Amino acid sequence: MSSPGTDDLSFKRARNVKEQVIGSFLFLSAAVSTLVTVGIVAVLFTETVAFFRAVSPVDFFTGTEWTPLFQNPRFGVLPLLSGSFLVAAGAAVVAIPLGLLSAIFLSEYSGPRLRGVLKPLLEILAGIPTVVYGYFALTFITPLLRTVLPETDVFNAASAALVVGIMIVPTVSSLSDDALRAVPKALRQGAYGLGATKFEVSTRVVVPAALSGILASFILGISRAIGETMAVTIAAGNMPNLTLNGLESIQTMTAYIVQASLGDTPHGSIGYQTLFAVGMTLFVITLAMNVLSQWVMARFREEYQ
Amino acid sequence: MPVIHDIESGGGAPALEAKHVSVHYGSKVAVSDVSLVVPANQVVALIGPSGCGKSTLLRCFNRMNDLVGGARVEGAVEFRGKNLYDPDVDPVEVRRRIGMVFQKPNPFPKSIYENTAFGPRINGFRGDMDERVETSLRQAALWDEVHDRLGDSAYALSGGQQQRLCIARTLAVKPEIVLMDEPASALDPIATQRIEELIYELKKDYTIVIVTHNMQQAARISDYTAFLYMGELIEYGPTETIFTNPREQRTEDYVTGRFG
Amino acid sequence: MSGSASPLGGTPSANDRRRRLFGSIFAITCGAATLVGVLALVVLLADVLRDGLPRFDWALLTNFASRFPERAGVKAALAGSIWILGLTALFAFPVSVAAAIYLEEYAPRNRWTRLIQLNIANLAGVPSIVYGMLGLAVFVRALGFDRSIIAGALTLSILILPVIIIASQEAVRAVPDSIRQAAYGLGATRWQVVSSQVLPMAMPGILTGTILALSRAVGETAPLIMVGAVGFIAFTPTGLGDPFTVLPLQIYNWISRPQADFQQIAAAGILVLLSLLMAMNAAAILLRNRYQKDR
Ligand SMILES: Nc1ncnc2c1ncn2[C@@H]1O[C@H](COP(=O)(O)OP(=O)(O)OP(=O)(O)O)[C@@H](O)[C@H]1O
Ligand SMILES: [Mg+2]
Repeated sequence: MSSPGTDDLSFKRARNVKEQVIGSFLFLSAAVSTLVTVGIVAVLFTETVAFFRAVSPVDFFTGTEWTPLFQNPRFGVLPLLSGSFLVAAGAAVVAIPLGLLSAIFLSEYSGPRLRGVLKPLLEILAGIPTVVYGYFALTFITPLLRTVLPETDVFNAASAALVVGIMIVPTVSSLSDDALRAVPKALRQGAYGLGATKFEVSTRVVVPAALSGILASFILGISRAIGETMAVTIAAGNMPNLTLNGLESIQTMTAYIVQASLGDTPHGSIGYQTLFAVGMTLFVITLAMNVLSQWVMARFREEYQ
Repeated sequence: MPVIHDIESGGGAPALEAKHVSVHYGSKVAVSDVSLVVPANQVVALIGPSGCGKSTLLRCFNRMNDLVGGARVEGAVEFRGKNLYDPDVDPVEVRRRIGMVFQKPNPFPKSIYENTAFGPRINGFRGDMDERVETSLRQAALWDEVHDRLGDSAYALSGGQQQRLCIARTLAVKPEIVLMDEPASALDPIATQRIEELIYELKKDYTIVIVTHNMQQAARISDYTAFLYMGELIEYGPTETIFTNPREQRTEDYVTGRFG
Repeated sequence: MSGSASPLGGTPSANDRRRRLFGSIFAITCGAATLVGVLALVVLLADVLRDGLPRFDWALLTNFASRFPERAGVKAALAGSIWILGLTALFAFPVSVAAAIYLEEYAPRNRWTRLIQLNIANLAGVPSIVYGMLGLAVFVRALGFDRSIIAGALTLSILILPVIIIASQEAVRAVPDSIRQAAYGLGATRWQVVSSQVLPMAMPGILTGTILALSRAVGETAPLIMVGAVGFIAFTPTGLGDPFTVLPLQIYNWISRPQADFQQIAAAGILVLLSLLMAMNAAAILLRNRYQKDR
C-alpha cells in the first residue's frame, strides 16, 4: 500500500475512470427503459398519424362498422371498443367479487399455514399462459354455456369474459390483500376493543381503511382484461359486432390486431396502419387506467404517514 | 463560544483538525460551527445527549456523510495539511486512511477470513494475506478465539466477537485513524470490557475518535473529551478536566447525570 | 350490545345471534370465493390433462408439425421456445440488473429518477401486444431482422425488462444498509461495494425474479405473432436469423383448427408448455429455499 503523504488523498485517476465507465453503463441501462417508452409512443404515433391522413378521426371514433380489410372498407372502431369493454365488464363481474372476497379471506380469516397454501395456488392462476385459458374457454366453458343456453354462439363474449375474469382474480386478490394487510393492527384492535365481531372489523374498519388500494386493484385488473389478447382471440371470435349481448360472437381490439397481423398486411398499407391506430387506442386506454390506479394507490399511502 | 482547554498535541502535528464544521440535513442544522483538534495517538471521546450530532460529526471525519442523502457539510477537516473536503480529494481514499467501526456489528455474510481480507483485497494489497489477516485479528484480540475456524461464517460469532471482527476488518486496511460510533453499545458488559481494553491497546498505533453514551466508558478510555449539545461543541479538553472540573454548567450537569 | 347487568356466558340476545350468523355466513362466503379460484385451476388442469394425456408421449417431442394430427409434434416449437428463452435471458438480464443497480445504488434522488421509476412502473402495465407492435416496427422492419428468432427474442426482452428491473430493485433494496456502510468505511468504491457485497447478497432474489419473468416470456403468444413467428415450421432453428415458432404459438395454431384431433394435440402441447413452466418455477423455488437456508 502507498506510504502516507498528503497527495495520496487526491483522485486515483485510473480507478476513477473505471468507476465512471461503470456508472455510465449502468445509467445507459436504466435509460433503455425510457427509450422503450419513447419507441412505443413514436411508433404508434407515426403510423396513427399516417392512418388519420386517410381516415377521418370522426369516422374512426364514431363509426359503427369495422371492415378495414373489405373491398369497401369501413373504419369505425366502436364495435372493437364495445367488444373490449363487453369482455372487460364481464371479467370484472367475475373477478371483483371473487378477488376481493378471496383477499379478505386470505388477510383476515386464514392463518399463516392456510394462507401459505392458498396464496401460491391463486398465483399459479396468474402464471398460466393466456393461450391455455383460450383453450379452456373453447373446450370447456363454451360447451358448458351452450348446454345451458343453447342460443350461444360457438365463439362468444361470455366465455371469454368468464375465462379472463378467472385470469385476473389473482391481480385483484393479491393487490387487495396487500392493501388489507397494510392496515395497522392497532386499528383492528381498537375495533375489537369496542366489542366488534370479526365480520364487523373486516367490513367496517379494515376494508374502508384499505379502500383506495382495493379500488386500485380493481382498476388494474380491468386494464389487464382490456389488454388481454390470446384468450379473447380464441374464445370470443373475430366478428366486429356492436352489441351488448354476451352470447354473440364479437371482436376485441386486441383480437383484431392478432387477426390482421396473421394475414397479409404489407408495410405502408392502410391495413398495416389500422393495426397501429387500434394499438394506439388500446395503449392510451390501458395507460390511462394504470395511471389512475397508481394515483388512487398513492392517495392510499398518504393516509398512514 | 465553546470552552476549549489546552490540547497537548504531543509535539507532533495533530492527526485531524476540524475547522468551523457545520452539517445540515435539508434545512435542519445537525452540527453547528464545530472546531476541534484531534491529537495523534490519543483517544478522543465525543459525548452528549441523543440527537446532539455526535454521529454526524464523526461521519464528517471520513466523509461518510457523502453517502447520507440530504447531508450538506460546510467548513474544513484537515488531515496531514490537506482539507478532506477539497474538490480534488477522493473520498474513497479518505476512508481507507480513516477507518470506521459502527454501532451495530455489521460483518459481511462471508467467512471470518474473508471479512478481514476484504479491505486489503479491494485496495489492491499484494502481500501475504494470511499474515495480514492474522495480525489484524490479533490486534483486535480475536485471534485466539477464531484461529481454528477462520472459514466459518462471521454470523456464527457472538455479538462481541462480531464487533471485534469489524474492528479487525478496519485495522486490516491499516488506517491511521479509527472512528468508532458507540462500538460497545450493543454488547454485554464483558464484551464491552474487552473492546475497551482493545481500544487502550490500539492507542499505541492509531488515533481514535469514539462516540459513546456511557460516561464511565468515556472517563475510562479517553484522553480528551468533547461535549456536544444540540449540534454545538460546548466544551472540549482533557477527559479528567471535563469530568472533574468542567467550566460549563451544562457540561457538569451532563457528566454528573443531571440531564441527558 | 348486551346490557351491562346480564352475566357473561348467558344466552346471547337475538341481536348477538344475528351478528354471529352474519359473521359465519360472511366467513363462509369469503372462503368459498377463494375456493372458486382454486377450483378453476383444478378444473382447467383436469380439462387439459383429460384431452392431452393420450397424446403426451415421446413422439410428441420428436415430431415436427404436420397436416396430419396423428403425426404432429412440438419438436420445432419446443426448440424455438428454448432458443427464445435463452436469448431473452441473455438480452434482458444484464440490462435489467444494471438498470436496477443504477436506480437503487447510483441514481440521485431527484425528479428524473422518479420519472424513470414511474416510467418503469407504467411499462410493466402495457399490454404485451403493444410490445409486439414495437417489435414489428423496430426490429422486423426498421432494423431489418425480418421474421427471425432475434426479432422475437428482442421483443420479449423488452417486454420483461420492467418486470426484472422491479424484482431486482426489491432484492437490492433488501440488502441491509449496514453492509454498504461497512464496505464504504473500509475505503471501497461504489462499484466495489456493489459488486462485492450488494450484488452477491441480492443475487438469489434477482435470479428468482428473472426466472419468473422468463416464464412469462415463454408463455407469450401475441407479441410473437406480431413479429411474424409462424405456427407451422418443420425444422429446428440453427441461427439467430432463422424463422421460428414457439410452443404457445404452435398451440394456438392447433386450437384454431376445427378438427377434434388437433384439439387433442393442442392439449398435449399445453402439457409440454406447462411442464416447461413448472420446471422453471421449481428452479426458482429451489433457489429461494437454498438462499433462505444460507442466511
Ligand atoms: N439522515 C438524516 N436526515 C435528516 N436528519 C438527520 C439524519 N441523520 C441525523 N439527523 C438529525 O441530525 C441530528 C443529529 O443526529 P446524530 O445521529 O448525529 O445524533 P447523535 O448525537 O449521534 O445521536 P445518538 O446518540 O442518538 O446516536 C438529529 O436531530 C437527527 O435527527
Ligand atoms: Mg449516533
